[in-house]
Amino acid sequence: MLDDCQTTLETDVEARFGIQRRDFMKFCAALAATMGLPKGADAQIAAAITKKERPSVIWLHHQECTGCSESLLRSEHPTLEKLILDIISLDYHETLFAAAGHQAEAARLAAMEKNKGKYILVVEGAIPTKDGGIYCKIGGQTSLELTRQCAEHAAAIVAVGSCASWGGMPSTPPNPTGSAGVGEALGRKDIVTIPGCPPNPYNILATVVHFLTFGKLPALDDKGRPLFAYGRLIHENCERRAHFDAGRFALDFGDEGHRKGYCLYKLGCKGPETYANCPSILFNDVGTGSWPVGTGHPCIGCTEKGIGFAKPIHALAELQNQRPPAGYPRISEEQGTGATAGAAALVAGIAGVAVGAGAVLAKNLGKSEKSEDGQE
Amino acid sequence: MTINRRDFLCRAAAGTAAVSATAVLAPAPAEARGNLPIPEQAVGLLYDSTLCIGCKACMSACKEANQLGLEDNVGEKLWDTPLELSGKTYTVIKIYQHGTMAEKDKAENGFAHLKRQCLHCADPSCVSACPVNAMTKDGPLGIVEYDKDACIGCRYCVAACPFGVPQFQYDTPTPEIAKCQLCKHLLAEGRIPACAQSCPTGATLFGSYPALSAEIDRRKAMAPGAAATFPRRTVDSGDVHEKAAPQYVEHVYGQSEVGGTQVRYLSGVPFDKLGLPTGLPERSYSSVSETLQHTLYGYLAAPAVVLGGLVVAALRGARDHHDEE
Amino acid sequence: METTYKIPSEVVAAKVDHRPRPLGGPWITPVTTVLAILAVIGLYFILKRFIFGLGAVANINNGFPWGIWIAWDVVIGTGLACGGYVMALMTYILNRGEYHPLVRPALTASLFGYSLGGLSVLVDLGRWWNFWHILSPAYFHPDSVMFEVAMCIAIYIMVMWIEFTPAFLEKWGMRDAKAKLNKAMPYFIALGVLLPTMHQSSLGSLLVVYGYQIHGLWQTVMLPLLFLTSAIGFGFAMVIFEAAWASAGFKRDIRPELPMLAKIGKILMGVMAAYLILRLGDLIVGGRIGLVFTSGFLSLMFLIEMALFAVPLVILSKPANRKRLSKLFIAACSMIAAGALYRIDAFLVAYQTGPGWNYFPSVPEIMVTVGLVAIEILAYIVFVRFFPVLPGHSSAPVR
Repeated sequence: MLDDCQTTLETDVEARFGIQRRDFMKFCAALAATMGLPKGADAQIAAAITKKERPSVIWLHHQECTGCSESLLRSEHPTLEKLILDIISLDYHETLFAAAGHQAEAARLAAMEKNKGKYILVVEGAIPTKDGGIYCKIGGQTSLELTRQCAEHAAAIVAVGSCASWGGMPSTPPNPTGSAGVGEALGRKDIVTIPGCPPNPYNILATVVHFLTFGKLPALDDKGRPLFAYGRLIHENCERRAHFDAGRFALDFGDEGHRKGYCLYKLGCKGPETYANCPSILFNDVGTGSWPVGTGHPCIGCTEKGIGFAKPIHALAELQNQRPPAGYPRISEEQGTGATAGAAALVAGIAGVAVGAGAVLAKNLGKSEKSEDGQE
Repeated sequence: MTINRRDFLCRAAAGTAAVSATAVLAPAPAEARGNLPIPEQAVGLLYDSTLCIGCKACMSACKEANQLGLEDNVGEKLWDTPLELSGKTYTVIKIYQHGTMAEKDKAENGFAHLKRQCLHCADPSCVSACPVNAMTKDGPLGIVEYDKDACIGCRYCVAACPFGVPQFQYDTPTPEIAKCQLCKHLLAEGRIPACAQSCPTGATLFGSYPALSAEIDRRKAMAPGAAATFPRRTVDSGDVHEKAAPQYVEHVYGQSEVGGTQVRYLSGVPFDKLGLPTGLPERSYSSVSETLQHTLYGYLAAPAVVLGGLVVAALRGARDHHDEE
Repeated sequence: METTYKIPSEVVAAKVDHRPRPLGGPWITPVTTVLAILAVIGLYFILKRFIFGLGAVANINNGFPWGIWIAWDVVIGTGLACGGYVMALMTYILNRGEYHPLVRPALTASLFGYSLGGLSVLVDLGRWWNFWHILSPAYFHPDSVMFEVAMCIAIYIMVMWIEFTPAFLEKWGMRDAKAKLNKAMPYFIALGVLLPTMHQSSLGSLLVVYGYQIHGLWQTVMLPLLFLTSAIGFGFAMVIFEAAWASAGFKRDIRPELPMLAKIGKILMGVMAAYLILRLGDLIVGGRIGLVFTSGFLSLMFLIEMALFAVPLVILSKPANRKRLSKLFIAACSMIAAGALYRIDAFLVAYQTGPGWNYFPSVPEIMVTVGLVAIEILAYIVFVRFFPVLPGHSSAPVR
């Protein structure tokens, strides 16, 4: 039975994705690990991915640079983009679509109708809301209208990238087009956001695969971000954290501390106030150091609303979630040695001897005085 | 010998007067010494607790700049873990914690940092206390300096300092007093104190006393929450960063305490929470002590007069004795 | 009336009755043996301190940089050694010659008290090899109270050795040298009165610069006067104390000295009254009297002090008590305890340099103090047995 399964899987995988089963299982395990799922989840994931029915995905683009899609596609991992595109049925994607114009819009509408209530809506880019949303139009519809239309019967909405999450770069003050994230534009809170500029492909994929495997979205934080990816501060897992703790900082770009790989806090690193898994998952599958801080640039906080694209890159981070550790001396530290039993006993003994000797002498003096009085 | 009653009373009166003259306590106003002023070219530091993130960069930079040893008084003795200023630590970042410690610079359920170091008083108790001029404040910059070659190790400065700053080394047979001297060796090279140089947030800021005063005024005038810029290293370094203006407590610590200090503090939590002695008088303790001392002794002139009186009394006593013989 | 003598050396020529003589007697007794053992223990720890640093022996720290080696050995030790000072003041300056027989024994005790206090300072000084800076004009800092204290004590110790030299010269029969020295003696006597007046008051002034670090019940600009008054009280009390112990320890007949001691008791009473009036008056005038009831443990310490100061006042106010050595002795002990507690409180108990600091002397630290006291007593015993110190009337034991 097991052999059968494996054989089927092997043939399927090799046929569909053009990779070895072993590599495929490694990929599934990596996804499970990314989401922090328990042992055995990799098999579940493998089974879900290899199912014949692939979920339909509608991928919308608004005010953005397509960097999210590009980074996904240009991932160095040889099969990642293939897997993404093969485990889902990408029924509408403006960049990747072969079709164009009315043809494309017709395909979108057809897919939406066919998979009503089952398709996944992915949004890339911010939605302009000012002046009736006229600042971005696709196929004659404003971004806002288009998104509303697609969102109505979507099983899940995933906002990919910082722009779609809360407005991102287009919403940088003074925000002339009134750019907003998907949630804000639609007035909905049940939207998964995967911010980042660009977001890590593994986080997108893991979210989608979680939905595929378990039929529901992963646990989210109050900003709609999957906790598996955005549960910890960059600062907490940063490879340069030891330098921060030791008070060793790069003071200027290119100075000695910078060359030595010291903490980039003073250069404006937003790691201490930005939630993301960049330092642990890294980018582009090329090994250690392949993330901004690793290359010597301070984190700009692109996954954090109010930080990325809002706070100047050189501005200092406010340390978040900082339960001050015991590593600081308290204002009042107990120091010095109090009375030990031995010392206290010694002092008491000396005092006792002194008082005793004095008392004996006083008594004797008194006695001899009395006897003298008697003699007189 | 016979000594008549009148003679005795005269001598007793003279002797008593001579002795008690030294103990007369009414301070003559003319001799009263006021606070010493902040020197004209004084430099100092401004420590803004609201900017401090507790990174301890100042501590490690200080140790490096002053070649101080490892303070290994905690646990496995692997880390530099000073609990307070010590014979090996000129500055230390401490923490005030309350309740859940959720918010920085809040007294309730918050936390705040404090940088302990020498405050470089305008009129330092340690300088007044030192019997051999090992502690001095002679330079134009007003730095309270220490000369180990003069020091006898009496630790009067350690005891006298109202801020508990000078630290004696109890673990060596050739101890010294350890204390921040504002990196005078770096200043001599045209550099600035290591703590200010290394501070990533400008929480420790170096500058001339007037420039720091202006910076304090500027910060106090900021509307809390409004965008503001904060210089780093020195007041006019041009190396600034942006941050929302914090809510400061009214008091500027060191502005008037014991006659003013060249290192001053701004904070978001009251200073008594940060363990700094509050309610210190504006009159320096050294001026009180020295006024008393000079009233009593007047640079040894009064004792010399009294000594004359005592010698006369003693000589008369001796002569009386010889007369009698 | 007793013969009046102005200069210690001239006591030699006085009536046989009061002429100082060596006591003689055995050197090795149970008491001297115990003292010698304690001295050796103390010296061992002193050696350890010089090899490994102060922290290896003492519990003193940067919150309490002065421990018992200063508070006890120096501040109280020199206070207890004020017998020589007050007797010299009485006898030579106020020309009360009848006290002359008490001068040399008091001076001997003072000599050792101060010498040991000075040695203790050397043990306590971190950079002791620089001690000479105190006496070198290149390092003078006249604004410093410590400078004045250190210089006065250093010179006073020398002056006392000079004051005492006639006793050596007598012993070794160097009459010419003694005669020459006697001519200069009034100057040294004058210095010997001036210096303790200065530094005993300045021991109090030392604390003025501490400011808020000394609790309000002790911190006052009256500290110098309070310390001087209590030092004078110490001095008179120690004369009685030593007389009582010498009479018991060496089995001497104390009766000839009793009238003098009674008068000293009367003076002591006056000194105590003056001290209490100054102390309480200052608290009332300064508006700090309320602290007596609101300072917790320190209130208790203050009240104990006051009680110990008041006891001698009550005892000595009855003329009949002043004629009894036992009562005088109890009054003196109470005064000594009060003065010692006052100084311990002012220097250690009422001193708080900041939160979190603790101090209690370590066993080795205490043993150093005990050792130094043992050396002092041992030296006194050896001295009075070997040199002419105690009045001759007592050289033949009564019993």
